[in-house]
Amino acid sequence: MSDNKAKPDSASAPLLSVRSLSVEFGTGGGAFRAVKDVSFDVQPGRTLAVVGESGSGKSVTSLAIMRLTDYTGGRIVGGEVLFRPDGTEALNLVEASDAKLREIRGNDIAMIFQEPMTSLNPVFTIGNQIAETLTLHEGLNTRDARTRAKELLQKVRLPDAEKLLDRYPHQLSGGMRQRVMIAMALACNPKLLIADEPTTALDVTIQAQILNIVRDLQQEMGTAVIFITHDMGVVAEMADDVVVMWKGEKVEQGPVREIFAAPKHPYTRALLSAVPRLGSLTGQPLPKRTPVIVMDGGEPKQVGETHIQNTADYTKPILQVGKLTTRFDVGKTFFGRVTHRVHAVEEVSFDIYPGETLALVGESGSGKSTIGRTLQQLVEPTGGTVRFNGRDMAAMSQADRRRLRQEIQYIFQDPFASLDPRHTVGYSIAEPIIVHGLIRDRKAIDRRVQELLEQVGLQPQHAKRYPHEFSGGQRQRVCIARALASDPKLIIADESVSALDVSIQAQIVNLLMELQERRHLSYLFITHDMAVVEKISHRVAVMYLGQIVEIGTRQAVFENPQHSYTRKLLSAVPIADPERERAQTRIEGEIPSPVRPVGQEPAIHQMREVEPGHWVAIEPERLRGAA
Amino acid sequence: MAGAQAVSPNRRRFRSLEFALGITLTGGMCLAVLFSGFLFPDGGESMDLMARLIPPFQDPAHILGTDPLGRDVLARVIVGGKISLTVGILSVLGAVVLGTLVGLVAGYYRGIAEVLLMRFADIQLALPFILIAIMFLAILGTGVDKVIFFMIVAQWVQYARLVRGSVLALRDREFILSARAIGVGNGRIIFTHILPNVLGPIVILMTLNVANNILLESSLTFLGLGVDPLIPSWGGMLADGRTYLQSAWWVSVFPGLAIMFTVLGLNLLGDWLRDLLDPTGQTGK
Repeated sequence: MSDNKAKPDSASAPLLSVRSLSVEFGTGGGAFRAVKDVSFDVQPGRTLAVVGESGSGKSVTSLAIMRLTDYTGGRIVGGEVLFRPDGTEALNLVEASDAKLREIRGNDIAMIFQEPMTSLNPVFTIGNQIAETLTLHEGLNTRDARTRAKELLQKVRLPDAEKLLDRYPHQLSGGMRQRVMIAMALACNPKLLIADEPTTALDVTIQAQILNIVRDLQQEMGTAVIFITHDMGVVAEMADDVVVMWKGEKVEQGPVREIFAAPKHPYTRALLSAVPRLGSLTGQPLPKRTPVIVMDGGEPKQVGETHIQNTADYTKPILQVGKLTTRFDVGKTFFGRVTHRVHAVEEVSFDIYPGETLALVGESGSGKSTIGRTLQQLVEPTGGTVRFNGRDMAAMSQADRRRLRQEIQYIFQDPFASLDPRHTVGYSIAEPIIVHGLIRDRKAIDRRVQELLEQVGLQPQHAKRYPHEFSGGQRQRVCIARALASDPKLIIADESVSALDVSIQAQIVNLLMELQERRHLSYLFITHDMAVVEKISHRVAVMYLGQIVEIGTRQAVFENPQHSYTRKLLSAVPIADPERERAQTRIEGEIPSPVRPVGQEPAIHQMREVEPGHWVAIEPERLRGAA
Repeated sequence: MAGAQAVSPNRRRFRSLEFALGITLTGGMCLAVLFSGFLFPDGGESMDLMARLIPPFQDPAHILGTDPLGRDVLARVIVGGKISLTVGILSVLGAVVLGTLVGLVAGYYRGIAEVLLMRFADIQLALPFILIAIMFLAILGTGVDKVIFFMIVAQWVQYARLVRGSVLALRDREFILSARAIGVGNGRIIFTHILPNVLGPIVILMTLNVANNILLESSLTFLGLGVDPLIPSWGGMLADGRTYLQSAWWVSVFPGLAIMFTVLGLNLLGDWLRDLLDPTGQTGK
């Protein structure tokens, strides 16, 4: 990082020292040690990233620093947290009185959480909530607090700060709410800011904006930051120092460049090997499977093989979508007349070929999930045609439409929510076989279920277990087995790997690619994650506000992006490489809403072909200028 | 997630303790009531004015004492269970079946069916209960069957509202959507995916309502709208004994205990059943 020199020397007294901290949940025989003997220092003005996957204890560590574990059922059973707000005298937060802690929380140490909707109180205006912190800790009167609140909102680059003060949280977008959270956290000029996955729930372009703001403000105010995250890209972009946590223990610590360049602990190596890196397939026309290092009982083990995914067969498309339009009515007058519509999908056309993966990329509100749901007949289209194997879906009989649900399968984002908690996974996997009457014999069904479980890398005896007995990655494997059960031709994967830890994600992506080769499957891969898209897809369609703005081969779209939105999206992705120069262009702007009053139809983009098979929407000049 | 991994052995033992206690109390009570005709051929109706108000545990012929008319309290408690348990259990079962069906249909299909059913339910909830009872039973006449029928009519609304609320929360959950994506039909979704997920709260409301209805039967009988006041029932005995509470506590305390133990047993069984239905073992915590 180029700005390292400007920051205080790391040899001075640390602002915060965590010494052999251990945290336990539960009591007696059922006690579970979430954090084991963790130590690290935070230097004033520097950013420490605490990285780890789910269950690594990173969030618990951050809560324990502020002693917030007291309120979540945890107990600090050992160690100390030394805080030196003025650089000399150290205060042990583990032993500090509640009154002292209240003084420190929000004042000297502030915190931002992952979910900006739930961390703001829905019944108070933004202004009131910021002012509350100010009147509490700084003793300002109402009017001064309001003026200061406005300044803070301007600091986090929220436009129209004056008006925002009187708005309620639900009237703001996720990105705006997270900026309000940052403004609140910075209200009292804290010495230390703890950010717990602050951008995980946000779209990439919004994430880039938030990261930018945090970085700028940190330089301006000299705040030290503890950044909790699972995203190695964010780490590379934000951190000066890194602590890697695994199963409640600190496994490695060091400056960010060293961690990335020469990871010492096998877990860190495994983690880094699993991170998809944007640009890693530059120059290669086809997606490629690469081996992943997984931790097998503490030992790193290489799984999988390098394999070029030359599965696509471009003679005849399996699915043809023509001018598909899906709109939802919202907002009705008293007499039931529709006033507004969500223009989720507007005249979208694309083909998918056998054995091919088409990625549908876009941010929230782009309509990508609606396309998937329309194809799966979960949502009725407003217009357009869908042909499967040359047959028009609209002209199909009820029975044929049912059979289409067998040939097209859907994998949802959240493997925790998409399995019925009351049934065994064996039942869930057998269900498509039963409802489509594929196999009648009970024993044969059981055999088939076991076979499917083995195909997705699980054990046959897992069939008798319930979903809650599995980890997230295993559950997603169950969902994949369920999707395969009816022997489909096309699988729609809707953000299917987005909620998983990177090491699991890499394995699931490999599994999907392997299954594609073995069973000649086509995928419609819906996601917002450009790095995963690069790894898995043959062709890419970029969506913005319900329309495709760019479509072409993965190589063409990634290496020669033509549309300004595609470029914006690509530049917003945090790259897991601290050596890389940060993009200088600053991304601005919210994602516009697809809700429009009745009668105001959006303009349909005209497409032009830049090279064979690579189509781009023609942009009005002002759009081009803004980007 | 981590906490849900396995039910602790401690909890499992408690669960079976719940079941053992519940089945002993409820089962014992039901058995006694079933064989009451055999145990007390007189139906607890033979009076002996010479042996009025004998305190319990003094006369071996009347272990639980006698009431102001010299009738054996033990006999009446056991015979009285027949009416009380029949009314309590059948009325609740009927209301559950009706209410759950209506709630499932209204919550799952939404639309006009929901509007009509739920407005009807609201109207019914707004009318004073006792007023409907008087009107209803005055027209139909009295009797055990009519009382049960009336209770079903009066109470299905509670279940319908409860179920509809749960279904509304469930129907947009991803596993329902994913079942639909697989091609599962509406009927199968309702009965294999939604119903098992709404049973927990229904079971709890059921066990509470059994107790309620046993007492309700006595109120109706007291008003002359229930069953024949001469036939012993727990609620009726409670009401009768009230005037003697100062001098002869046993007349009303023993039927009260009978109600308490039955309800306790049913509650324990209900908790056990709810845990049994929930493989994650989390709802009880």
